[in-house]
Amino acid sequence: MSTNKNYLKYPHRSLGMDHSLYKWSMLDDRPPIQWPNGKKLALWINISLQFFPLNQQNKPFPVPGGMTMPYPDLRHYTLRDYGNRIGIYRFFDALDQYGMQSSIAMNTLVAKRYPYLLNKVIERGHEIICHGDHMDALHYGGQPIEEEAALVQKSLNELRQLSGQPVKGWISPAKNESHNTPKLLAANGIEYFCDWVNDDMPYEFYTDEGALTAMPLSTELEDKFILMNNLHSESSYKDQIIDACDFLLEEASTKGGRILALNLHPWLLGQPHRIHILEQVFEYLSSKKDIWSANPMEIVRVFKS
Amino acid sequence: MKQDLGLYDYWPYENRPKIRWPGGAKLAFWVAPNIEYYELDPPQNPFRTAWPQPIPAIPGYSIRDYGNRVGHVRQMQLLNKYGIRGSVSLSTALCDHHPEIIKQCRDLDWEFFSHGIYNTRYTYGMTEDQEREMIRDSIESIFKHTNQKCAGYLAPALSHSELTLDLFAEVGTELFGNDAGIYTCDLFHDDQPTPIHLRSKKRFVSIPYSLEMNDTIAYVSNKIEPRRYGQILKDNFDQLYKEGDNSGTVMCIPTHNYQISCPHRMKSYEEALEYITGHSDVWVTTGREIAEYYLEHYYDDAVRDIAGKQESKS
Repeated sequence: MSTNKNYLKYPHRSLGMDHSLYKWSMLDDRPPIQWPNGKKLALWINISLQFFPLNQQNKPFPVPGGMTMPYPDLRHYTLRDYGNRIGIYRFFDALDQYGMQSSIAMNTLVAKRYPYLLNKVIERGHEIICHGDHMDALHYGGQPIEEEAALVQKSLNELRQLSGQPVKGWISPAKNESHNTPKLLAANGIEYFCDWVNDDMPYEFYTDEGALTAMPLSTELEDKFILMNNLHSESSYKDQIIDACDFLLEEASTKGGRILALNLHPWLLGQPHRIHILEQVFEYLSSKKDIWSANPMEIVRVFKS
Repeated sequence: MKQDLGLYDYWPYENRPKIRWPGGAKLAFWVAPNIEYYELDPPQNPFRTAWPQPIPAIPGYSIRDYGNRVGHVRQMQLLNKYGIRGSVSLSTALCDHHPEIIKQCRDLDWEFFSHGIYNTRYTYGMTEDQEREMIRDSIESIFKHTNQKCAGYLAPALSHSELTLDLFAEVGTELFGNDAGIYTCDLFHDDQPTPIHLRSKKRFVSIPYSLEMNDTIAYVSNKIEPRRYGQILKDNFDQLYKEGDNSGTVMCIPTHNYQISCPHRMKSYEEALEYITGHSDVWVTTGREIAEYYLEHYYDDAVRDIAGKQESKS
């Protein structure tokens, strides 16, 4: 087998990106951002509340963290469900103990299935982000646009209705998208989305339905990535957050406001043997006077102002 | 397919002719930042798929873009702080996409060598003519944008053919004589430079470019914790520095801005760079400088020594 004769044609080989979704821009060249009260580092904690269905369809791929065993894979189903029953309540306590804010990214099906939990989230005043319908409802290249449009609309409408919140933020399951996802989000009233990990700061993302703000929610610093994908120890997780925090504080002192974004999964860090690590991370972060514990919508507002 | 490509001969790591680097240094240290462009929607290659998800594969594409948008300046400023000039393994289409990055590196007198056109265009399945054209394009792009005569090669995404090194050396000669196409980073068989057999008989060397020290191998394949990676770099250095008493060694740190420049990985990297460059008998240099120095001073001795050791006696 050999490559075809067009293999050395480069139709997008020109200034900027090989697409027109956003402008090529180096972070170091942009004007510095000032956070409120002269803080250097915005700390954005996001907690992901996820539902992994037992009858996973794997369309078009098995969602990371999902079922891996023959049906019914009760071990993974229940261990993920643990986060919504037990882990999240440990998270709430830890947040309160250290005076931290957090957004909550929720599969719409979590809100539907667990009204007690939804009400708790609303009462506590968390900003709710839509995390798609459920973890196996993937958005992907090649998905028929009518199908995806219906999925986006249903996920958002139901979550808005159930929560009473405007829901302006979005994280796709597995942070996966089709070419149509951004414009469908914009058409359905989403202001910011968090799937693209190509920046440490917000930037403007273009769609045919208007602009979105791309918010930087690091995958590399996620508990799931570090503990489950990389199989690093809990203490290494803590070290990595501390090193990132110190580095970003230092960078912010000469280059303007930065964001430390931590995406957390209560089915992982909410385990009894791990929750103390999260508390130690919160303790470290709360000891830094230059940190602003912020909600994503607040960060978006400063970015746009 | 062949059992072995015959690129080099067996050469035991004892009793080799002694190497001393400039200034009597025991260890030549170089850092090779890979500055790469991955395409969102590359053409299909018959042997290797670029992305694990259907296009658009946001997770993989976007973190690699992070390397250029955010990571590059971080690593560049860090290397500059420790007096290290990068030897850039360049996806040469980046000259067209992101000329700002090329200019910044040029201003610091960094070296550029060819890493193909895009890191999503694999050598697998190319005809000899196609591979030659791809290599020529890459060397010409480097010359056009940097005025440098490309000395080194690292095949795009480490995708090779049986002729890769031959073609790189030959195209280098056609374009710039012995100023271009003189070393490869594609082989991991040694901790010192070694002469490579080419069909053209050109004087050509392999320069150690450690896969084990490569941040992407460490972080993505071997899943090493950042602080442990920093320790591994120091341990690698200590051993090679000690062995440099006998004969000069080479240490390379190949990096990627989408890995090493993430905020949680910078501290351990900086500590390692500070440690290494804090030693007196280290030649902080570039890939080309190592290759040229070796070709001028040690290549001929090495060829003779290797030839003499192809008999069975030790």
